[in-house]
Amino acid sequence: MKRFGRKNLSALAPFLLLLVAIAIYVAVAIITDQTQYLTVENLLGLLGRSIALGITAVGQTFAILIASIDLSVANLISVSAVLASAIMSGDPAMMLPAVVTVLVVGVVVGLINGLVITQFEVNPLIATLGMALVLQGLLSAAFNNFAGAVPDEFQTFAYGQVGGVSVSLLFLIGLTIAAWVFLRFTKPGSNIYSVGGNPEAAKLAGMRTTRVVITAHIICSVCATIAGLYLASRLQSGAPWIGRDGVYDLESIAVVVIGGTALSGGRGGVWGTLMGVMIFSLIDSIFNLAGVDAFAKQILRGVIIVAAVAVYAMRSRRIEA
Amino acid sequence: MINRLKHMNPVFLVLLLLFVAIAILSPYFLQPAGYMNFFKRAAPIAILAVGQLYVINSGGFDLSAGALVTLTVIGSSILLDGDASATWWVITAMLAVGVVVGTVNALVVSWLKVPSIIATLGMMITLGGVALTWSGGAPRGYLPENFRFFGRYLIKDLPVIKILPVAVIVMVVICAAMWWLMHRTNYGKRLVAMGDNPKAAMLAGVPLTQTRVVAFVMSSVSAVIAGILLGGFAGVSTDVGVGLELQAITAAVIGGAQLLGGRGTVGATIAGALVLQAMFTLLNILGFPKPIRDVVQGLILISAVVIAGYRRRRSGG
Amino acid sequence: MFYKFAATALTALAVALPAHAQNFDDPVEFAKQKDMLAATANGAAETPWLQYYGDVMADTSAFKKDGPHTICFSNAGVNNPWRVVGWNTMQAEVDLHDNIANFVVTDAEGSDDKQIADIEDLLAGGTCDALIVSPNTTAALTPAVEKACEQLPVIVFDRGVNTNCPVTFIKPVGGYGFGIQSGEFIAANAPAGSDVLMLRILPGVDVLETRYSAAKRILEEAGLNIVGAEFTDGDRAKTKAIVEDYIQRGNQLGAVWMDAGATSVAAIEAFEDMGLDVPIVTGEDQQDFLQKWQEIGMNTIAPTYPTYQWRTPILAALKILDGEAIPGPEWNLPQPAITNDNLADFVNPSMPPLHYAACGCENMPDYPARWGGK
Repeated sequence: MKRFGRKNLSALAPFLLLLVAIAIYVAVAIITDQTQYLTVENLLGLLGRSIALGITAVGQTFAILIASIDLSVANLISVSAVLASAIMSGDPAMMLPAVVTVLVVGVVVGLINGLVITQFEVNPLIATLGMALVLQGLLSAAFNNFAGAVPDEFQTFAYGQVGGVSVSLLFLIGLTIAAWVFLRFTKPGSNIYSVGGNPEAAKLAGMRTTRVVITAHIICSVCATIAGLYLASRLQSGAPWIGRDGVYDLESIAVVVIGGTALSGGRGGVWGTLMGVMIFSLIDSIFNLAGVDAFAKQILRGVIIVAAVAVYAMRSRRIEA
Repeated sequence: MINRLKHMNPVFLVLLLLFVAIAILSPYFLQPAGYMNFFKRAAPIAILAVGQLYVINSGGFDLSAGALVTLTVIGSSILLDGDASATWWVITAMLAVGVVVGTVNALVVSWLKVPSIIATLGMMITLGGVALTWSGGAPRGYLPENFRFFGRYLIKDLPVIKILPVAVIVMVVICAAMWWLMHRTNYGKRLVAMGDNPKAAMLAGVPLTQTRVVAFVMSSVSAVIAGILLGGFAGVSTDVGVGLELQAITAAVIGGAQLLGGRGTVGATIAGALVLQAMFTLLNILGFPKPIRDVVQGLILISAVVIAGYRRRRSGG
Repeated sequence: MFYKFAATALTALAVALPAHAQNFDDPVEFAKQKDMLAATANGAAETPWLQYYGDVMADTSAFKKDGPHTICFSNAGVNNPWRVVGWNTMQAEVDLHDNIANFVVTDAEGSDDKQIADIEDLLAGGTCDALIVSPNTTAALTPAVEKACEQLPVIVFDRGVNTNCPVTFIKPVGGYGFGIQSGEFIAANAPAGSDVLMLRILPGVDVLETRYSAAKRILEEAGLNIVGAEFTDGDRAKTKAIVEDYIQRGNQLGAVWMDAGATSVAAIEAFEDMGLDVPIVTGEDQQDFLQKWQEIGMNTIAPTYPTYQWRTPILAALKILDGEAIPGPEWNLPQPAITNDNLADFVNPSMPPLHYAACGCENMPDYPARWGGK
């Protein structure tokens, strides 16, 4: 009974938070007399504001589910965007080689992160922070500006539409479904929950925990490189600062925990993360509607992150008590 | 003797090697102006790192330190706006802000059970927002000369060492006080016990919340002091603190501190901060482009942890 | 070893890039701006924010509309002192006009991605009669601006975009002009063959890239030795540390060229604190630099990128909605430089240290309080 209750609540909480955010959004739109924003397209478009954050956060969910964390995603996004646009250089024929190269880079970075964490027993924060510094340093040493450009065809990823819905939004939803199916219905997926929930027990049960941790990190890094591809497509060109400027490392961690995934691992999932992303977009839009100063917004953002995590922490304590 | 050397923290050896390399490559650093400027530049990061060590030894992180540095610089400049007579109360007020920030961080961790990484991340974002809102996004006001005294001025015409930056005096005094608290008081023992095993510490009668509050306050106050030095060094700027929390954590880790509760020492942490600064200086003398500093910082960060883990396993500890 | 390999590979890639990247070193534009600096602008000299060069006008009769209007503004951010002064000036300009019913503003906080979303939001709102865009970076904002052009009259100012679709693009003479003014001063005044350090805020912004390329061209032609070009992020602590680093490397700096003046004083202090004579350090029209210049009697120059250009887009938007022809597709405003001769005219100790003297705001409502002055 207790187990059921906890599971139910942690799935429900992000949804309730999201409803609250939507309610505030609608109220602000009505109060400020900007009801033209209250259309279904517009609400869908809200998620479209944060595709890059969404893709990154889906990956970050995997890292956090195994009780790890990845601070290198922001810089990996920059590497990916710059490499993609530099390799493409406006030539449609180079799109496939560029995408493949970038994905391979994602796999390699995730593999190294996973290996350093499992083989050298380095704390994941330190391992991925170190990786972040190395990636950023190498990238900034070689590039200090927008590099290359993506061909118009590639911009379909960010600007294309299918039946009135943007391609990138469909991609994010598809990615989330794929991640959810993987986590819920496959053996490697359920291993991620076991290892994150109780690594010792998983090890005793004969699970190859090392392999699970490495897999989760590879997925996380690959998602970050995809986010980089999306940004290259949206901005037409990659620059070595776009990942850092978007603060995708800390923001992706924030939306994952707001979405109900526990930092201690083993609990949560990608739908919660997607709701976390949506909540963040709503906060942005609410402030835009209300004309709140950009800086005051940041103060509230910090408070909201802590408050949301506190709610989860209090809840899980009460139920366990 | 050899046995003692074996147990010596390798960070001191690394520091010595770096100093020798710098001295060989650039005789400028053998003159008082050279090495004193080096220590002056290292002072803020050394102070921050020792403050961070308190939180690390308690089993947490303080990611808000860098944002607090920025807030200190911006807040002081707005409050002062060049009025030299207000310097002392503004410094007092900023230290009080540090105490409040540290206390809030600790209580969010203790009472709300929010992991310190998220609690201080939220604080970092919030403080950044406060600094930007207060300043309107760009530096305003300015710092009078007596505020900048601590970070900028040199005492000249001394015997032997010839010059002595005030920042170096500040560093020595603050670090000595923090060394005393960590290694010569009961508080330090309680802190390490808590970081090692909070449950056991609690059963042994360690007041966890109180111990944690002091640790986070030490970190925040050291951030305010580092902010006063950095503001003094170069004047007002809006992103002076960006990334400093990571440098501070790096310095503590290079000094051998273990994350999630460890037994890092103040001396080794200062050495870690100096290693970091010496490494940057060496890269500069060699003419490497600035981004390479990041690469080196990342690699030594990971290596330090790997080596420390290897030594622990070998010594069976 | 690893670094060498990786950096070589990445550098090889960077060098191998074809010329798809934007060209920030365009001799034609360089020459055009050089001529403009020497030319006389049309219009009254008392209102430089309405002056313009040349006589090419944009027809706006198609946009004529009855007021009062809703003017929308997508701002890249107010993340540096120049933008803060400009933003205050623009708000004061809005206050001067009764037929602006609504002034809707979004702030992208320096993020391209957010600014694209902001513009999409403004267009989706459907209430804007005209859209003013101050782009965060040039290439990234181009598609969003093109989309906006299809719906309403667009005015771009300060940094540019890679399209001619806006009704007009307002800026002073330009980045090349800025680089020419400071570059030529250093070439004429620095000791022959001496070391020059070039400090830049950040890459990727056309107006800053062109300042750099123009100055670099002139310094190289003058036979000066450029020892480095570094990014400071507009941060004083970084600036001071970088200058100290270059001095410690043993460079004999005859001049420090700055692409913007907000951190010039920090560069000057680096020399002072190391007990050295202060060489040429160029700056801009902010008060702290001008006052330091006056105080220690430097020989230097301060090109300006006048913040009065923030008044022009509002005036242009109203003219467009009145159907009145305006200079376009480019509207260049005058771009004066401050020299030893006219320094005293610009120094004003009652304004904040980072106030930009060429704001054209002295007769606006709430001056000087709105700009933080006493």
